[in-house]
Order: sequence, then structure tokens, then C-alpha cells
Amino acid sequence: MHEMSVALSIVEAAEARARREGSGVISEIALVVGRLAGVVPDALRFCFPAASRGTLAEDAVLVIEEREGRGVCVSCGASFAVSFHVAECPECRSLAVRVVSGDEFIIESITIEEGE
Amino acid sequence: MCDTCGCGSEGEAVLLKPGERGGGSHDHDHHHHHGHDHDERRTRMVQMEQDVLQQNNLLAERNRGFFEAKRILALNVLSSPGSGKTSLLEKIIPLLKENVPVAVIEGDQQTTRDADRIDALGVPVIQINTGTGCHLDAQMINRAARQLPLQDGSLLCIENVGNLVCPAMFDLGEALKVVIISVTEGDDKPLKYPYMFHEADVCILNKIDLLPYVDFDSAVCRENAMRVSHGLEWFELSAKTGEGVDLWASWLEKRLSQS
Repeated sequence: MHEMSVALSIVEAAEARARREGSGVISEIALVVGRLAGVVPDALRFCFPAASRGTLAEDAVLVIEEREGRGVCVSCGASFAVSFHVAECPECRSLAVRVVSGDEFIIESITIEEGE
Repeated sequence: MCDTCGCGSEGEAVLLKPGERGGGSHDHDHHHHHGHDHDERRTRMVQMEQDVLQQNNLLAERNRGFFEAKRILALNVLSSPGSGKTSLLEKIIPLLKENVPVAVIEGDQQTTRDADRIDALGVPVIQINTGTGCHLDAQMINRAARQLPLQDGSLLCIENVGNLVCPAMFDLGEALKVVIISVTEGDDKPLKYPYMFHEADVCILNKIDLLPYVDFDSAVCRENAMRVSHGLEWFELSAKTGEGVDLWASWLEKRLSQS
């Protein structure tokens, strides 16, 4: 259950940024989680309220965009969906496949409140 | 849900048994903000584009730089609980320590049992107890490494928490990830935990002395492991009888001489 420690680092990074921006309240945190990132979005959502309690992100909405895995065949250039870092090209059966997306795990943006 | 203002979510639910204080007022500080604007409050979106694991990855790279500068070969040793990580260290350290300085970082949720076993071999060791944590991270290694007498040219064995899932995500700054699987598990384990095997540089099949008694096909296991990690180095040994341990030791010595 590494999602808890991951949720804590998300809150920490968001808080640090909000403080730098001069805000005391984070109303939204937007994440991109690739299907190959090794993170379960539901587990992350489950941990988030506990991880954010007592922080600037206590009432923030967690928005998660899930991104599919995509591979490109090094041999024939075909592009296709993949569910793991290692895949077989559906066109030419080559195992030389380069994963081009799906392992993202990024804090895309935060929405902060300003003023009194 | 707060009766006064109607705000709240499941995460803030207060459950009370009959007779306990509750009802109209509650005793937590009631200053949380609502999802709508009051007065002059404005919202602004700030682009971050920041890797969630950035903090860990940066610290891992610092550890890696420190190890490289001191020509230390750091191994991140990973497996399920009970595959024989500590037993293999107990077998291999006496073979290596005559020629190279060896140090060990032990990771477990509780106890210093593993560190005590390594301490008996006469090499520096430090135990990290993660409490409820399921993996070691770069910061723990950074702290532990500062407390260890680490000589130049050492072999540093970091024994991670027994777990084939979470530790795969956390770079510690090691040179190599070594995953151990034992024949009492299943030869399909690399397919069931592909992230870990995909990350690994070396795979060691342990407890081969038990092969006659279990339904485990080493060739199938190796093929499954190679399927998820094409460049994997493969060793088969028994930490109990010592069979095959010398091959692994000489491979490590060769790597050490290159570092």
C-alpha cells in the first residue's frame, strides 16, 4: 500500500507550491496517472483525505486523469495500446517495443484560493 | 456532515455511540473552507507538471552520486518475505569480506532480528524499522548511510522490506536491483509481479536444494522472468547448502572490480 506515502508526498509538494504562491488554501489538485505507473487511482483517492488532514489541501478535490499505455514498435513503427512495459507488436510480433506513454505520475496543477 | 453549515465529506464523518458527546456542536476547530467563494476570495490555477516521486528520485540520485564517488557497489535486495534474503547475505558475506569491505542496511517493519544476524558476521550493519511502511525510500537510505562506516570500494547490501509490490517504485540510489525468488513460491511469480521483475537487474533463484520436493520448473520460471525483463542476469543457488553461491560471489567480485 505505497499509495499512502505517495499521497503524503503529493500533499507536501502541493502545499509547498501553494505557500510559494502566497495562498493558504488549495481547492483542487490535478494529477495524471498512467496505467503503467504502478499506482492504483482508487487507492490514492482512498488515502487522500487522511494524507491531507490538517494541511492546506484538507478540503481540496483530487482530480485524476488516467492515461493509457502506448507502445511503438521499433521494428515496424506500429503504434498500439500496451498494458505493461514489455509488449509484443500486434503487427509484426517484434518484442522490441518502446513504451512512449503510460508511466506518467505527475502533479499537473493545483488550484489555489487568493484574497480574503 | 456538519449540522450547522452542511459542509463536510465522508472523510470527516464523526461516529458516536449512545451517551457520547455529540449532536448540535462538535469540538473540532471549525475553520475549513467551502468549495465556493466568499467575499473577495478568488481561485487561480497554478501549473506544476511535477513528478510525484521527484523528491525521492532527487534524493536517490544524491545517494547514487555519493556511492559512485566512493566506488561503492550498492545492491537493493528485494523479494517476498521468506525467500532467503538474509540467509543469502549470511552465506555470501563471509566469502567476500576477506577481499572487500561489506556493509549492510536492513529494512523491516519491526525488530532488529536481521541486523543481529548480520552483526554476528562482524560487518557494519544498521537496521531501518519502517513501522507501518511497506518499502524503503531514498531518504531512509540517506540517513542510514551517514551512520554507517562506509569504506571506499565497499559492497553495500540494502535488504528491502519483504514485498514484491511497493519497493519496485522507489529508487534508493542503488547500482543494481537484485530480486530473489525461492522454489517454494511459484514459477509464475515473475508474471504475477511483473513490475518488480521488470525493474530488476539480477534474479536469483534460491532454495534449489528443495527442487526434488516441489512442483517448480526452474526453466519455466527463468523464461517467465526473461519475458518481463529481457536483460536479466540469472543465478540458481541454495543459501542453505551453498550450491551455486560461489558463482554469484564471483560475479559480484567482478562487478566490484569495475566500480
